[in-house]
Amino acid sequence: MIPVAFDYKKASSVQDALAALAAGGEDAKLMGGGQSLLPVLRLRLNAPSVVVDCSSIPEIKGIKDEGGKIVIGAGTTHHAVMNDPAVKSSLKVLADATASVADPQIRHRGTLGGALAHSDPRADQPPVALALDAEFTIAGATGQRTVAAADFFQGPFETAVGPDEILVSVAFPKLDGWGGHYEKFNRAAQAWSIVGVAATVRMEGGKIAEARIGLTNVGGTPHRASAVEQALVGASSIAEIEAASMHASDGLSPFADEDADVEYRLHLARVLTARSVAKAAGIS
Amino acid sequence: MTDVVDTGTALGRPIKRKEDARLLHGQTNWTDNIQLPGTVHMAILRSPFAHAKITHLDVSGALAMPNVVAAFGAAELGDLNSSVPCVWPVTDDMVAPDFPALAKDTVHHVGDCVAVVLATDAVSAVDALEAMSVDYEPLQAVVNMESAISPGSTLVHEDKGTNTCYVYNLGGGYDEKVKEADVVVKRRFINQRLIPAFMEPRSVVAAPMGMSDEITMWTSTQIPHILRLLIALVTGIPENNLRVIAPDVGGGFGGKLQIYREEILVAQLARKLGRPVKWTETRSEDMVATHHGRDQIQDIEIAAKSDGTLVGLKVDLKANMGAYLQIITPGVPLLGMFMYPGIYKMDAYDFQCTGVFTNTTPTDAYRGAGRPESTYAIERIMDELAAELGMEPMELRRKNWIKHEEFPYTTIAGLTYDTGNYELATARALELFDYEGLRTEQKSRRDSGDRVQLGIGISTFTEMCGLAPSRTLGALKYVAGGWEHCTVRVLPTGKVEVITGTSPHGQGHETAWSQIASSILGIPVEDIEVVHSDTGRAPYGMDTYGSRSLAVGGQAIKAASERLVDKARVIAAHQLECSPEDLDYVNGVFQVKGDPEKAQPLGAVAFEAFTAHNLPDGVEPTLSAEATIDPQDFSYPHGTHLAAMEVDTETGKVTLRKYVCVDDVGVQVNPMIVEGQVHGGVAQGIAQALYEGASYDEDGQPQNANLSTYLIPSAPDLPSFITDTTCTPSTTNPLGTKGVGEAGAIASTPAIMNGIVDAIRHLGVNDVLMPATPMTVWKTIQAAKGGK
Ligand SMILES: Cc1cc2nc3c(=O)[nH]c(=O)nc-3n(C[C@H](O)[C@H](O)[C@H](O)COP(=O)(O)OP(=O)(O)OC[C@H]3O[C@@H](n4cnc5c(N)ncnc54)[C@H](O)[C@@H]3O)c2cc1C
Repeated sequence: MIPVAFDYKKASSVQDALAALAAGGEDAKLMGGGQSLLPVLRLRLNAPSVVVDCSSIPEIKGIKDEGGKIVIGAGTTHHAVMNDPAVKSSLKVLADATASVADPQIRHRGTLGGALAHSDPRADQPPVALALDAEFTIAGATGQRTVAAADFFQGPFETAVGPDEILVSVAFPKLDGWGGHYEKFNRAAQAWSIVGVAATVRMEGGKIAEARIGLTNVGGTPHRASAVEQALVGASSIAEIEAASMHASDGLSPFADEDADVEYRLHLARVLTARSVAKAAGIS
Repeated sequence: MTDVVDTGTALGRPIKRKEDARLLHGQTNWTDNIQLPGTVHMAILRSPFAHAKITHLDVSGALAMPNVVAAFGAAELGDLNSSVPCVWPVTDDMVAPDFPALAKDTVHHVGDCVAVVLATDAVSAVDALEAMSVDYEPLQAVVNMESAISPGSTLVHEDKGTNTCYVYNLGGGYDEKVKEADVVVKRRFINQRLIPAFMEPRSVVAAPMGMSDEITMWTSTQIPHILRLLIALVTGIPENNLRVIAPDVGGGFGGKLQIYREEILVAQLARKLGRPVKWTETRSEDMVATHHGRDQIQDIEIAAKSDGTLVGLKVDLKANMGAYLQIITPGVPLLGMFMYPGIYKMDAYDFQCTGVFTNTTPTDAYRGAGRPESTYAIERIMDELAAELGMEPMELRRKNWIKHEEFPYTTIAGLTYDTGNYELATARALELFDYEGLRTEQKSRRDSGDRVQLGIGISTFTEMCGLAPSRTLGALKYVAGGWEHCTVRVLPTGKVEVITGTSPHGQGHETAWSQIASSILGIPVEDIEVVHSDTGRAPYGMDTYGSRSLAVGGQAIKAASERLVDKARVIAAHQLECSPEDLDYVNGVFQVKGDPEKAQPLGAVAFEAFTAHNLPDGVEPTLSAEATIDPQDFSYPHGTHLAAMEVDTETGKVTLRKYVCVDDVGVQVNPMIVEGQVHGGVAQGIAQALYEGASYDEDGQPQNANLSTYLIPSAPDLPSFITDTTCTPSTTNPLGTKGVGEAGAIASTPAIMNGIVDAIRHLGVNDVLMPATPMTVWKTIQAAKGGK
């Protein structure tokens, strides 16, 4: 559990971090809270020559309410995200999903940007970002660019962020008045999701008017359950929600592991989608 | 007939543990904290294959790395490559493969030790491992026990010609008796493989002390005394020149009841290099190199009359030894052998156990060692029999258990249970549980076809502990005894040393032993120091495992304390010019009967014994006394554990809603420590039922050898347990105590699993594999429904 020796550079600004990445070349690695990176280094699964610590860059920390959207700095800790009043009221599903991550110690160090940039298929926040059509701001040598959530997650542990780039912030459109819920299904309080379902719905006259659904750990990248979203429109009862949620497994080809084989994972996707939506909609 | 007494003796106070301030404030030195000048750090190259020939090994690359002092494979180590001993040859023809500290030409499990490197710092040692050159020729691995013993199987140890370690038989007569039965129920239970996963990883430091010929070894062990003897025997270090110290040890659960190859290597290399050598395992190493527990296939058959009266029990075990035999690997299943009949009366009992080698990490003792397996089997099959007979499962138990007026009772397995009161513990548990209320709720959920079904799990267990009467161990071919030693010394200042041969690693002996001595010496607990786990300061002992420390070691403290008071009485009588019989001993002071003004406190007696200016003729100076106690018999704690289990039939997820346990551990020295042991044990047994299970693929690769996938529950996963106790004092020891270290872990696993099966039995389920993960439960329900 001792990593291969590496140089450590603490970046004070985005420019500073980019310069350090450029200087370090291919073997440089950014670090946010270190909660996913350090285990990888300690197991010697990766051996960067330099680790660029971006956990103290003021520009990428903090949460801003910008009217129609909430912009969260990539270096904001899970703890800060889940306790932020604007996030709690306008992005309940994000607050819920974040609160389900690991344990308090890890949530005090781990960052939203780190979790999204790491893009672990089991991670709880990426499907929220996908379902909510978040926008990612990425800085590189040539300046900043924005990437839509649909283009951000490219594969297991693969995103649109290049090796010489840094994720600066993530903007979430506000969903005021929407109900939200994150249904995490795991084996122990501090275990990763076997399947997770982020659901957020807008109700009109007791019926679902709009829904956004994202699934965790049903494939290499987070999954947007568009077919369920469409089928849910007009639903007002458990039976209707359950019927719509049968589409949650449409088009999925999940992997098998010790916790779930393919059949069980598909089953969980359907069942948990219905449960998550029902809770988000307040229908029981 | 056993009388029930309450526990309100002088010993029964729930005082806070003396050792906790030091442990909780981090004011102690664990083995890994020990920093000796000139230390070299050892790192180990381990096999990535379950079975392979080492076709090439060259350690010289490591020698060229910075800060490296030495590197060894088996060839370089030569005569110092001692073998790891097994001290329990259970049968005359048991097969025992050679188990060298470093594998010689073949590796037999993932994690097998191939080579070591020593460097002046731990980082350099780990880095240097990568500079060694090693080639393997992979061989077919044998993982599954049934295929291992089928003809033509690949052999784990080619030279042994078989994968069968031993076959052990007990009893006979079941096949005849079963003819009288109306009902026979058979089940195959799987007691899965578990990893002890103690909090403090193993660590060992050995150093030539430079001021004598002594080598001192600090190691995170449960058994410093046994280890000293075995290290001396296998390494040739003279026993008198070897001192073993177990500093504060962060948990063991049987996993540190061992002589590990790493301990042998560190001792040998400290001697060879003439400087301190240190090794601390990583968690990744721990998961493959610390011995594992359980791993049995249990074919169980129970026979009864139609009214529920038991006729007999037949047990056929296959027990996975792993790749090698460690200290008591073959004996572990046999520790359970006597306990399959549990608390029940029956007329026949047949037992057979086949020990099997596979290309997996060796197994050995793990909290309960053999008794959790037997208790699981009997308590599970009792529920199955009840279902078959259409009887209420508690009724079936009541009908067959030993009545409180029948003690002492000799079971069909040949043990004599001294005391117990199953009726009382059960009545109390049913009341605390609201058994009837939950049965009503269960029925209504069933009737309404609720998505969440409720089940009630029962475990009315007993276990044998307090290892052990030396003669019994001898009869079982174990090579040592089971006695325990204590020396009590009153120092000239009046402070007391209680020197014990037990070796605590979390249990709170310093407090409990002080309470025992205090109750006899009348000296405050604060003025008593318990000296332990250092063969230099506490030379005699048989250490801590098998819930023996109080039931055996506690008796030695009582006896030594009483002998000390006897000696002090003679000295005090001489000082006070009366005869010893004329003295009362009250709160640490000798008083002349009828004239309490004439008195001498124990401290003053100790000072007189120290100066020796005025001792009676024939009395030797110094005030100390010792006792070495061999127990007359085991102790048999028992209890009734009840679990309310909710099963979400749609996802298979299981929730433990309520857990009640009423344990009878005899007289309690410290009820708070008892409760702590019960809590931890119950949680550990629940962990087997719901969370833990080490698995391998068919190539012998561990599938979950890390704490991210080998799940251990934590506080949020468990409800508050409702605990209570009853007390039938043991008659096999003068304090009336029974062991409690393993009871919870033994009892809770079947309670949980019975509860799960009870919740979904109406769906056609009659067994669920452990751990009962959501997928396992869901698949079981699907299969029962005749689905897929
Ligand atoms: C025991 C344990 C349990 C956990 N359980 C869960 C769980 O249940 N659910 C869950 O979702 N997560 C879980 N996690 C992961 C945790 O949430 C991490 O905090 C998170 O995945 C990564 O955030 P971090 O800031 O620590 O990133 P780091 O570990 O620092 O980095 C992770 C990756 O992201 C890159 N990176 C970091 N910051 C940036 C940036 N600004 N721009 C570009 N790239 C960047 C790094 O280079 C690295 O590749 C767990 C972690 C642990 C240790």
